[in-house]
Amino acid sequence: MGIVKIRSDFQQARWNEPIIYEMSTPGVRGIIPPEPETAIKAIAGDVVGKLPEIIRRKTAPYLPEVSQKHVLAHWLRLSQETMGSNIGNDISEGTCTMKYNPRVNEALVAEPNFAELHPFQDEDTVQGILEIYYKFEQFIKEISGLDKVTFQPGGGNHAVYTAASVVRAYWEAKGELDKRTEVITTIFSHPCDAATPATAGFKIITIYPDEKGIPDIEALKAAVSERTAAIFMTNPEDIGIYNPKVDEFVKIVHDVGGLCFYDQANANAFLGVARAKEAGFDMCHFNVHKTFGAPHGCSGPATGAFCCTEELAKYLPVPTVEFDGNKYYLDYNRPESFGKVRDFYGVAGVVLKAYAWTMNLGAEGLRACADISVINNNYMEKKVLAIPGITSAFQGNGITRQEQIRYSFEKLHADTGVGTDDVNARIVDYGIPSYWTSHHPWVIPEPMTLEPCETYSKDDIDEYAAVLAQISKEAYENPEIVKTAPHRSSSHRRNDEASLDDPEKWAVTWRAYVKKHLSKKKEMDSVS
Amino acid sequence: MKKKLGLIVNPVAGMGGRVGLKGSDGPEILMKAIELGAKPQSPKRAIQALQRLLDIKDQIDIITYPDDMGENEVRELGMSPVVIGSIVKGMTTPEDTQIAAMQMKEIGVDLILFAGGDGTARNIYNAIGDQVIVLGIPAGVKIHSAVYGQNPKSSGELAALFLQDKVKEVQEAEVMDIDEEAFRAGRVSAKLYGYLKVPYEKRYVQNLKSGGVAGEKATLEQIANYIIDNMDDEHYYIIGPGTTTRPIMEKLGLKNTLLGVDVVYRKKLVANDVNEQSLLKIIEGQKAKIIVTTIGGQGYIFGRGNQQLSPEVLTKVGKENIIIVSTRDKLNTNFGSPLLVDTGDEEINEWLSGYYRVIVGYEDSIMHRVSS
Repeated sequence: MGIVKIRSDFQQARWNEPIIYEMSTPGVRGIIPPEPETAIKAIAGDVVGKLPEIIRRKTAPYLPEVSQKHVLAHWLRLSQETMGSNIGNDISEGTCTMKYNPRVNEALVAEPNFAELHPFQDEDTVQGILEIYYKFEQFIKEISGLDKVTFQPGGGNHAVYTAASVVRAYWEAKGELDKRTEVITTIFSHPCDAATPATAGFKIITIYPDEKGIPDIEALKAAVSERTAAIFMTNPEDIGIYNPKVDEFVKIVHDVGGLCFYDQANANAFLGVARAKEAGFDMCHFNVHKTFGAPHGCSGPATGAFCCTEELAKYLPVPTVEFDGNKYYLDYNRPESFGKVRDFYGVAGVVLKAYAWTMNLGAEGLRACADISVINNNYMEKKVLAIPGITSAFQGNGITRQEQIRYSFEKLHADTGVGTDDVNARIVDYGIPSYWTSHHPWVIPEPMTLEPCETYSKDDIDEYAAVLAQISKEAYENPEIVKTAPHRSSSHRRNDEASLDDPEKWAVTWRAYVKKHLSKKKEMDSVS
Repeated sequence: MKKKLGLIVNPVAGMGGRVGLKGSDGPEILMKAIELGAKPQSPKRAIQALQRLLDIKDQIDIITYPDDMGENEVRELGMSPVVIGSIVKGMTTPEDTQIAAMQMKEIGVDLILFAGGDGTARNIYNAIGDQVIVLGIPAGVKIHSAVYGQNPKSSGELAALFLQDKVKEVQEAEVMDIDEEAFRAGRVSAKLYGYLKVPYEKRYVQNLKSGGVAGEKATLEQIANYIIDNMDDEHYYIIGPGTTTRPIMEKLGLKNTLLGVDVVYRKKLVANDVNEQSLLKIIEGQKAKIIVTTIGGQGYIFGRGNQQLSPEVLTKVGKENIIIVSTRDKLNTNFGSPLLVDTGDEEINEWLSGYYRVIVGYEDSIMHRVSS
């Protein structure tokens, strides 16, 4: 940008776009496939009749009837109402590491010789992508210090679930699964560090922080026992504070025989600086899709790299990608594997993009990412904490923050009645995407979590801080303008906040919406 | 249709605090407080809360009592209240609070907002029980009850949201009060009087917001199921008071004492509402476990509202047999502070201190510090 600029004349499209089902006109078609040729019909015969009765629909599917032109217009209008990371100053998404995703890597995965690959192909015909997998695994081993990696998980949570499955397999193999029933985590670790071991059948014990904001080591000592299966911990934690006693935590758990998993979903603070191995961890993971420069995706077009020691490698999901000195191959012959967490061998496009990103930066480049991220964050902290009404979690504890910070609008709220939801609604009026508040529970009041990773320039940070300062000024001088925001954005406020706590009102599909809110039960019954 | 807000200000609440009298209950203490230079606290706190209602003043009718029991505060902000009842100016009594609450109930107000402390909360509870939704503006010396917003502004904002139907959930919250005379003599004797219904938006009551996680009802069920699934045939289970422990008894199909202590053995009722002596008799020579939750807004697990669980009972049961249950939200009300014990015996308090696994869901616990 070159200059600090608040986009005070920002104006986003606001289309009041209906749901596509509401655009439906009976009889309108987008595509009318041609009738098959007579000869083909004669050979194929009654195709529908050949389907088993049980899977044949009785009625046509309930789909919107819309022309191609209107479908295109509909989605373009919706796209104009979004505010993604590539168009805005996305320092907003703290804990998400919204860094620039190089376009050249998108072009790479669009190449037909990659895009047309199919996971069912014989491994002899996919040697190229297997080589990329294998080589990227060597990088991740070096970065983590651990011995074996799988890219099968479809995202960060999925990789943590893989860890929980490995822990389960480990104790099952030792014949102690009925005794090792507890997994310990911390309140500012990512929520999946509690959720996925619970899904794998473990009881969860959560450690709270001490007065400095570091997980209470005395609480950990009280929690561990011969029932401890593992600890799952994030570090730096979600509030941006690095636990300096992490190796002591690992030792305490190891001393009772438990395993130690390091959640590195957000590794931007320590790439090339610190490794899971040196802290003594048995397992760790990376969010390949964010830390390593590939775009985010919701546990689908994403990839979690799960890493472990040699001792635990036998439990990894199948297949692993191996190299016999001559050829790359998929190894399914792993009898102690716990199974699979996903079909095939992972999201190859993300691995390819991350490989390209890592090759482009090299070891020094990775380290630079960490250094710049931490410097950016600490520069931003000084600017943000100078704004009236903003404080940060455990402010003044003498600990330098890492790559992100959980701020609080508690004071602004007490002074003006403007809380974090209001600020979040106002910030979009300046062309900045709504920010991430906090993972649950909101133990830090009125939270905001910002992460100015290596992508952002000093100007970006200055712009962001200037917008926050402007909103703070508005809150103290004219709080109504903030409380009634947004004014220039496509997003709106929910008109019924209470319904968020009412499962009876939730409708995550059109079918549920119709049933719950449009009272078209009869119509639905006729098509279900 | 306009919503009706009932407003009761206890003008003398909080006066004893600034002059070190540990409360303002009773005319003699009040006179002493005034002699010592005490100034009214609650009117200005009520005004702070009412400022948050200015935005919706055209959408509500404020029904209040004369002079400094609400009328003055409302008028000071330029609003016009409907004034009911009568008082002797400068000589308000607890009865005035009770009558005001009853009259507001009869009028059919949607919410009673009151400024006061535990004594005021108790007066309102005596008058209307759980028949009207209420919310406290913290203004008293004693704030042990859990019926208040975090501060006057929070109370005002939550009231505004409730009156606009933006907050619909209500919750039972403890009404507690301590014996002021005993307190002045250095002894704390807190009693759990009952539960008032208060609007519930975590963020305003507790600085929290946890949309997307299990609601309170589901959490309480999880806790009860976990406790019941892990009950053995060896131990007597001493179930402490509170709404968090109540579902355990309900799920067992047993009669429950909300404000007292019940005993269960092999999932059958042994006794309801036991006192210390009965408890000691029941567990004599037996193994027992105590299931307690925090009582009141300050995080006490022993010594507030459950004095039946005396030092002697606790010693006999053993520290390792104490099970603490809580919803996460309630536990996080005082995030960063330990849970508290005050049994009246310093040695026992010290012995009880340490780390406990607080059950917050099914197979879900938080390692929490307990301190005296």
